[in-house]
Amino acid sequence: MKAGSHLEKMFAAGHFAVTGEMGPPRGADAGHIHEKAKYLKGMVESVNVTDNQTAVVRMASMAVCRLLLDMGIEPNLQMVCRDRNRLAIQADLLGAAALGIKNVLCLSGDHQKFGDHPQAKNVFDIDSMQLIATCKKLRDEGKLINDHECEGVPQYFIGAAVNPFADPFDFRVTRLAKKIEAGVDFLQTQCIYNMEKFRTYMQQAYDQGLTEKCYIMAGITPLKSVGMARYMQKFVPGLEVTEDFIERLKGVDKKKQGDEGIKMAIEQIQEVKEIKGVAGVHVMAIEWEERVEEIVTGAGLLPRPEIS
Amino acid sequence: MVVAESKPIEEILAMVADFDKILLTGCKGCVTVCNAGGQKEVGILASALKIARKKEGREIEIEEITLERQCDPEYIDQLEEPIANDKYEAVVSMACSVGPQYIAKRYEDMLVFPALNTTFIGGSLEHGVWAEFCQACGSCGIHNFGTLCPIARCAKSLLNGPCGGSAGGKCEISPEIDCVWHLIYERMSRLGQVDKMANVVMFKDWTTSRDGGPRKIVREDLKQ
Ligand code: SF4
Repeated sequence: MKAGSHLEKMFAAGHFAVTGEMGPPRGADAGHIHEKAKYLKGMVESVNVTDNQTAVVRMASMAVCRLLLDMGIEPNLQMVCRDRNRLAIQADLLGAAALGIKNVLCLSGDHQKFGDHPQAKNVFDIDSMQLIATCKKLRDEGKLINDHECEGVPQYFIGAAVNPFADPFDFRVTRLAKKIEAGVDFLQTQCIYNMEKFRTYMQQAYDQGLTEKCYIMAGITPLKSVGMARYMQKFVPGLEVTEDFIERLKGVDKKKQGDEGIKMAIEQIQEVKEIKGVAGVHVMAIEWEERVEEIVTGAGLLPRPEIS
Repeated sequence: MVVAESKPIEEILAMVADFDKILLTGCKGCVTVCNAGGQKEVGILASALKIARKKEGREIEIEEITLERQCDPEYIDQLEEPIANDKYEAVVSMACSVGPQYIAKRYEDMLVFPALNTTFIGGSLEHGVWAEFCQACGSCGIHNFGTLCPIARCAKSLLNGPCGGSAGGKCEISPEIDCVWHLIYERMSRLGQVDKMANVVMFKDWTTSRDGGPRKIVREDLKQ
């Protein structure tokens, strides 16, 4: 065991794991967190808490992670390289460990250009690959980046994201391999709306033995409407939405598109479950936490296995 | 070279609003090459300012002078005569921001204003188009990246390959901007060096960059 988090134990026991996601509020209202998080409790092994996602200021991920722990929900602390230099990153990592946070997700972070403070100076002192290496060094060597020994060695189950749909496609599996080399334990993919490409990607990863070296979770985001699908297709760089998704949503009445999206998400989970090397699913029901139960139930993943 | 562009005329007019006699100084260095602050641009800005002020009913007197370079104290001397005569209330420099700072240092009592926005270290792509190529990190490693700079040219200065927002060769921040990591991948492929991209590049030492504080080069062999 690296950190002994619930998520890690689920993988270690050979279970097909499920994680969820929530975005902290754009304010100081802790009630909002309880409201959203209650829908995820018992549905997933652990919950990603985003870190100023899409470069919009929100309550600190670490604070929300602690609030989730208090609710008996295991958090995955997301950490981006956009807003902090190596001093702040390491300080936060040490603080997170002290607060009982065991899963960390290392990300580059969206550029601030599209966020709510485009005038901000960005940091990018280190990149996501180096952030993974920082976590690993802290955990395995008990040392900071500068080789200074820590008093009290933190334990993390180290995660990161991969995007099989960004370009250049031929480099994507190499980048996955690099994340493993840097020290990642689990990976969550970008939401999948091009199943063929995902299969090809996973096959390459499997053939290179990479799926033996870390747990890969397929990213699933239920589509709410044709509008949302089109938006993602056109405006989210590095996201691919194949026409079959859109066609299927178009095939039902507008009011029923959400239900159809949930149905499609369930089918996707069943599909990815059969792909070699997929160790779990990461369900990102953005502002739709209340439908997670339906998805997880529909996919036959409830109740979640008990584990000590 | 240092690439710069003119500030909006309104901003320059506001800077000189209180003055009736100014000295407008161009530079024959980088800003001449990038058509921002050479002799020609000095002439154009001088006429524009004069016309605008005339419209306001308050004419402005502008002497034009273009120095060999403004980033060298030796050439700043050429301003000695016009400034010594005390004819001008302010100097407006059309060099990169080094120029106005040099002039201000030399003429301690003179008000000096920048007419340009110094933008980046770069080059021209085609006539009238310039792009950034270097961030002056002080420790060049571009040969490790297919001779392309990810620090200056990747919006996130990533060192380990394209982020998840790279799409169709373009950067997530704009379809107008190439993803340099896409270019690096293509070039490394052409050179048969893609395997090198599989190595994790570790932490960069930023002490040689601006992060180490304002920088200075001392060449003992050249000092007198
Ligand atoms: S898309 Fe390419 S250039 Fe833009 S931030 Fe990502 S890696 Fe850097």
